[in-house]
Amino acid sequence: MAFTPELAEIRFGCGLSPILPAKNSAEEILQHLAGPDHMAVAHPIDSSDSLLPYLSELNALRRKRRKAQGTDAYEALNKTYKAMRKYERATWTRWFSQVILRHSQTNDGFRERLALFWADHFTALGKGGLRRQMNAPYVETAIRPHLTGRFAELLISAVTHPLMLSYLDQNRSVGPGSRAAHRTRKPKGLNENLAREVLELHTLGVDGPYSQQDVRQLAELFTGLSSNLKKGFLFRPDMAEPGYETILGKQYGGDPARLTQIYAVLQDLAVHPATADHVARKLVVHFVEDTPDPELVDHVAARFRDTGGDLGQVYAALLEHPAAWVPELRNVKPPLDFVASACRALAVYPEKLQGTSPQNVVRKLIKPMTMMGQKWEHPLGPDGWPEEDDAWITPQSLAARIRWAMLAPQRLVDRLPIPETFAMTSLGPFATGPVLFAAGAAETHSEAIGLVLSSPAFQRR
Amino acid sequence: MTLTRRHFLTRSAAIGCSAAASPLLTPVSFAAAPWDTRLVVIILRGGLDALDMVQPYGDPDYAGLRVKLAGGPLKGGLDLDGFFSLHSELSRLMPLWRAGELGFVHAVSTPYRNRRSHFDGQDLLEAGSMGIGQVPDGWLNRMLQHMGGVENRTAFAIGQGEMKLLHGGAPVSEWGPDAALILSPQAQLLAEQMMQGDPLFHSALAEALTLSQGGGAQQDPEGDDSSMMEMTMPVPSRGKAHQKIAEYAAERLRNETRVAAFSINGWDTHSRQVAGLKAGFGRLSDCILTLRDGVGPTVWNKTAVLAMTEFGRTVRENGTGGTDHGTGGAMLLAGGAIRGGKVHGRWPGLAEADLFDRRDLMPTADVRGQAAWVLQGLIGVGRETLEQVVFPGLEMGEDPGLLL
Repeated sequence: MAFTPELAEIRFGCGLSPILPAKNSAEEILQHLAGPDHMAVAHPIDSSDSLLPYLSELNALRRKRRKAQGTDAYEALNKTYKAMRKYERATWTRWFSQVILRHSQTNDGFRERLALFWADHFTALGKGGLRRQMNAPYVETAIRPHLTGRFAELLISAVTHPLMLSYLDQNRSVGPGSRAAHRTRKPKGLNENLAREVLELHTLGVDGPYSQQDVRQLAELFTGLSSNLKKGFLFRPDMAEPGYETILGKQYGGDPARLTQIYAVLQDLAVHPATADHVARKLVVHFVEDTPDPELVDHVAARFRDTGGDLGQVYAALLEHPAAWVPELRNVKPPLDFVASACRALAVYPEKLQGTSPQNVVRKLIKPMTMMGQKWEHPLGPDGWPEEDDAWITPQSLAARIRWAMLAPQRLVDRLPIPETFAMTSLGPFATGPVLFAAGAAETHSEAIGLVLSSPAFQRR
Repeated sequence: MTLTRRHFLTRSAAIGCSAAASPLLTPVSFAAAPWDTRLVVIILRGGLDALDMVQPYGDPDYAGLRVKLAGGPLKGGLDLDGFFSLHSELSRLMPLWRAGELGFVHAVSTPYRNRRSHFDGQDLLEAGSMGIGQVPDGWLNRMLQHMGGVENRTAFAIGQGEMKLLHGGAPVSEWGPDAALILSPQAQLLAEQMMQGDPLFHSALAEALTLSQGGGAQQDPEGDDSSMMEMTMPVPSRGKAHQKIAEYAAERLRNETRVAAFSINGWDTHSRQVAGLKAGFGRLSDCILTLRDGVGPTVWNKTAVLAMTEFGRTVRENGTGGTDHGTGGAMLLAGGAIRGGKVHGRWPGLAEADLFDRRDLMPTADVRGQAAWVLQGLIGVGRETLEQVVFPGLEMGEDPGLLL
């Protein structure tokens, strides 16, 4: 069980490419990751801050339009509003295309995989109309710059991001004893959603050493974390519950309410041994297999603990362990990874995807992914997408994968590759007899390419 | 090379296998179904607020707990029995209530306590055990394992997304609208050979091909099957997803299928519960009415629909127009086989001392027990099997009388 360039590219990267070389060592992978983020520059996605003026403008327009209902001004306002929504839709599909392009063009595939992994670990979704647009910018701003730093930085960045505060209802959580709670007669109070998910999903894990009392206390400490569309993140001491809170036996808070106390609890949670175990296990399950080798998990968790959650070191621990290199391909690629690695294997031209209309991006890529079981940016809950292989390979989702594999490639490239060559370039040493045979024996060119892409050797990693 | 030569040869040998031996070409058998009644289980994911679905407006403490979310006949709720009222967004189901085809069990929960995680809560609801991780499969599948004559099409999990309650050793079909896979005979054979060494892929492919042949969602009602021969990009057809799922379930239940399960999501109403439940109850009503109309009166008369959720929500509304994760919840029953027109269960009261953890509705019965009595009465599953196998650790107690 040892490193091979092809296995590394398939398991820890975005799959094999006929034009981009595989890397020759784990060190080389880590060096790329430590270097500049070329794909973020080449295929940019807006930052969430840059989105705010647009969103508040849209919000204001929406209000104006509502007020103008039944008057002469309505028609013009409605027209502008609709044009903005159309532009927004186009932007959303462009960002999706950028994700696909990054996967298909990168020499630094591990970074793309980590970005998806952490975006999923810190799932935050725009719940209502305006914020729906924020998902990709959230990942770009709150997650992607922190992939290799300390876990604490990533945790703080994700948990205090406006999208997370809105998604898990922190925006509206008010300390019952706070000034804001006494200001109006409208009932206001605590919402424990974010506090619970921080403990259960982001840090300690559901089996971690915390109680309902810790959830409650953390929710009280979190009061004051807020955001709005105009300014983005806000800390509002007037919403904060006065006094001290005790979380996992340690005291935080006090008066006046300070943001630093919230950072302090997140920093402590980030280096808790239960967090090390939880994160290590998730990483191994995601990158290697559903039922991971406990030695590998322990090895990664130990590095997490020893380095205080230095993620670069944690990844090095993962890549250096022989159990990470079991030669059989195990995990099934989720639909996004399948579609993106197919585009990489087909060497889809960036111009081709960039020139595709938003409607066609939806029809060719996004809706088929829905049929494969992954509605883009719509996981069911804050626990994100499933890891289990059998959650992805069901009769109906496999049917969608095969249909897409047979029909989409001819719409994504001008000329389909020679099937046998394609099997070799996309599967490398994993091109087994039956796949090569299918590539040669299929009745049509598109069926041949579709069969290679449908093969377990391509679907797994 | 990571493959051994032996491995390689074993896989290559698959190419030689004849079409006659291919399981893909084995005709589907339509054996008589093992029983005649129909069971539909709907999992309401996210934690449905029982107090807002079936509003205990007659409870003296209710009004103080629900202000923004106040229910009861004076606030638009539909009076059920002088104590409970139904959320107004379920008004389309009132004719069923009056016909005795809609009922509820209040204050029920799984054995899950204190952690209030959706994911663990749903896992336990679907596992049917006392605690998490005690059983590898789902309760509905274990029921099937213990019934004779169960075939592939006896039970269906419908739609995208996992239905863990049907996971396990008994054969179960998993399919949904718009899923049909139409391959040329050659492509079919090659795909099968290619996937032979991978049981997960191989069995999913075999199922997909058989279910696509067996008619269903994509079948052309005009009888012109030329549209079925052309493979199309996998994109959803027009229409509401939940409604198409209910239509598909009804179509299956009209035929040899006896058990269907699917999910309706979106019940996690931490804020703006009014809007959230409006959408959710709309979907739930659509599904129940579509099932009733789709199976027709004869089948509907022997049908029980159980809609259940992982936990209820806090009895007090929170500061954000919603409710947080709680404990005791409610189950909805529908169909011609159930004893409707009644809110079953023992009401625990809403006084502070009567609450669970001084915040949640106190569960007065195990939701598994309610399901167990339905399985016994509807399908004839033995009590011992129910208490030891289907819902290990359950004490069924007295018959709650949920069925006619």
